[in-house]
Amino acid sequence: MTKAKTTRRKGLTLRHREMVLGLMFISPWIVGVVFFFFVNLFQSAVFSFNNLHIDQTYGGYSLEWVGLTHYRFILFEHGTYIRQLAESVFQMLINVPLIIFFSLFMAILLNRAFLGRSMVRAIFFLPVVMATSAIEGSLQLIMGMMMGGVSSVPDEVMRAQQGFDAQSIAMMLWQFGMPMVIIEYIIEMIARLHDVIRASGVQILIFLAALQAIPPSMYEVAQIEGATGYEAFWKITIPMVSPLILTNVVYTIVDTFAQSEVVATARQMAFTNVYMGDGVHGFAFGQGSAMALVSSLAACIVLLFVGWLISKYVFYYN
Amino acid sequence: MIRAWVNSPSFDNTVQKWAGKVKDFILGICMAIIIVGVCYIILSPIFGIVSRAIMTPEDVINPLIFLVPQNFTMANINYAVLHMNYWRSLAETLIFAGAFSLLHVIVCSMVGYGFARFKFPGSNILFAIVIVTIVVPVHSYMVPMFLNFQFFLGTNLNLLDVGNGWLAIGLLTATGVGLRSGLYIYIFRQFFRGLPKEIEEAAFIDGAGAFYTYVKVMIPNAVPAIVTVLLFAFVWHYNDTFYTSLLMPNNRFLSSMLMTLGNNFSAREFVFSPLLIQMVVFAGVMLAIVPILTIYLFLQRYFVEGLERSGIVG
Repeated sequence: MTKAKTTRRKGLTLRHREMVLGLMFISPWIVGVVFFFFVNLFQSAVFSFNNLHIDQTYGGYSLEWVGLTHYRFILFEHGTYIRQLAESVFQMLINVPLIIFFSLFMAILLNRAFLGRSMVRAIFFLPVVMATSAIEGSLQLIMGMMMGGVSSVPDEVMRAQQGFDAQSIAMMLWQFGMPMVIIEYIIEMIARLHDVIRASGVQILIFLAALQAIPPSMYEVAQIEGATGYEAFWKITIPMVSPLILTNVVYTIVDTFAQSEVVATARQMAFTNVYMGDGVHGFAFGQGSAMALVSSLAACIVLLFVGWLISKYVFYYN
Repeated sequence: MIRAWVNSPSFDNTVQKWAGKVKDFILGICMAIIIVGVCYIILSPIFGIVSRAIMTPEDVINPLIFLVPQNFTMANINYAVLHMNYWRSLAETLIFAGAFSLLHVIVCSMVGYGFARFKFPGSNILFAIVIVTIVVPVHSYMVPMFLNFQFFLGTNLNLLDVGNGWLAIGLLTATGVGLRSGLYIYIFRQFFRGLPKEIEEAAFIDGAGAFYTYVKVMIPNAVPAIVTVLLFAFVWHYNDTFYTSLLMPNNRFLSSMLMTLGNNFSAREFVFSPLLIQMVVFAGVMLAIVPILTIYLFLQRYFVEGLERSGIVG
């Protein structure tokens, strides 16, 4: 079918043909992004300029135009929003390099042949499974029950319960007589290490796929030409993996952003309004939408900057 | 005599051989330490969950018992199987996640290929929009999405009624804006861009159409990316509670059953001690993880096989 099409279009110039083919390949996505993304996003933007009142009796909702009130409120009057936003962006900038270096390092280790490799790879896959909404959610729910019927427990409690027990190490070091400053630093590192490991499951898998796509013959040639392992790493591995380094940076930024406080606040606002059917506080949904849009915009700006910075160094085979 | 041996070339060889061995040994030990340490950090919470899931209540409240239960029991697991309706919901979830992750791979690889290889005016802006679809959190347009499906494009067409919400999620997935589709498109695009162009050009010159080239030449070369995306899509659909609870309110997938397991167990068995409920929920979590891990171990082989299958000659 396609064959026939392309021969029929022989009259077109090469550029036009390329354009038609490209649009043909991405056409499903164009339909989706127009009908299922932009329509919704636009509606959400409309909500952010309105108060949403849900009709308890007859169903449906009504909008009350309030202009820029919500934006003015979250930017200039809200107690914590701007602080949370700045903190999230800051956390993002700290976490991203850590996660990228760690996951690339682990992927290279896991790509080598060693005893029990498939088991270790399965273990490294576990954070991806554990960090999903159903498992995390049900564990959080039961933790809430344990803590006395509070449905949402602070993250710290969860982490303290499930995570690595840093306190025993702190006590041990303290008894050895180590200065408090060093102990604090070590604890901070351990705490972050745990977060980094938990957050880099997806990135490790992506890097593994990238590493496996490097033709082994390249390394053979390098070896014959007398390159050391170090040189081979910088001249072959890094350039060949670099397209997916960019992907991983983008994913890490998005993921850190999705886990951050700002998004949690916006989500809470939206859920409160929907599930409680909060007719009195009709502003909650509009505010939630405004918050989500502003924080998404902030994340997009960070992405734009970082993406521009990295893409200058990305190597494509062609 | 020693001096003669030191000056001889065989000494150099021996030193080099031993130095290499020592280096390998030290590197191996460092690697083992790192891998075991990281594995411990990953596994420690899971050990806690598994050991609670197979303990008897007496063991849980016994402060002398840590991780290794004294009395092994299947009771918690049996309760979890019963109250999650495990086998049925597992089967439904596997069909659901399997079908949609395949759809994700088909659509996203096509779109990713389109973005990777064809240059046309506006393609960079369109690709920036792909990134935007990854960044914007779904819940920020959750209500508009729901309304859009219920009154499709302002008409009275209710897409949520068709096929219990399967159509709605299917439409999202088939058009590349479903559960993290943007990420998959991005992975495929970067992956295809990283492949040498010569293999395609050869096919083009031999007279193959673009679509034929994509199916016969590019797809076989992208096996690592396909397996990765398939795996992610599967795991995220398998464990998703957002789309399923929003668009399929009547679903009986494992993820929803897991979320309600604690309350169901409590209400049906008249158990109100959070400690006991926790054990059953942990058993449920364990039951939910096991199938995914099995599938991962199965798919893992293709990670390695992908390499040999790919026809790239560097």
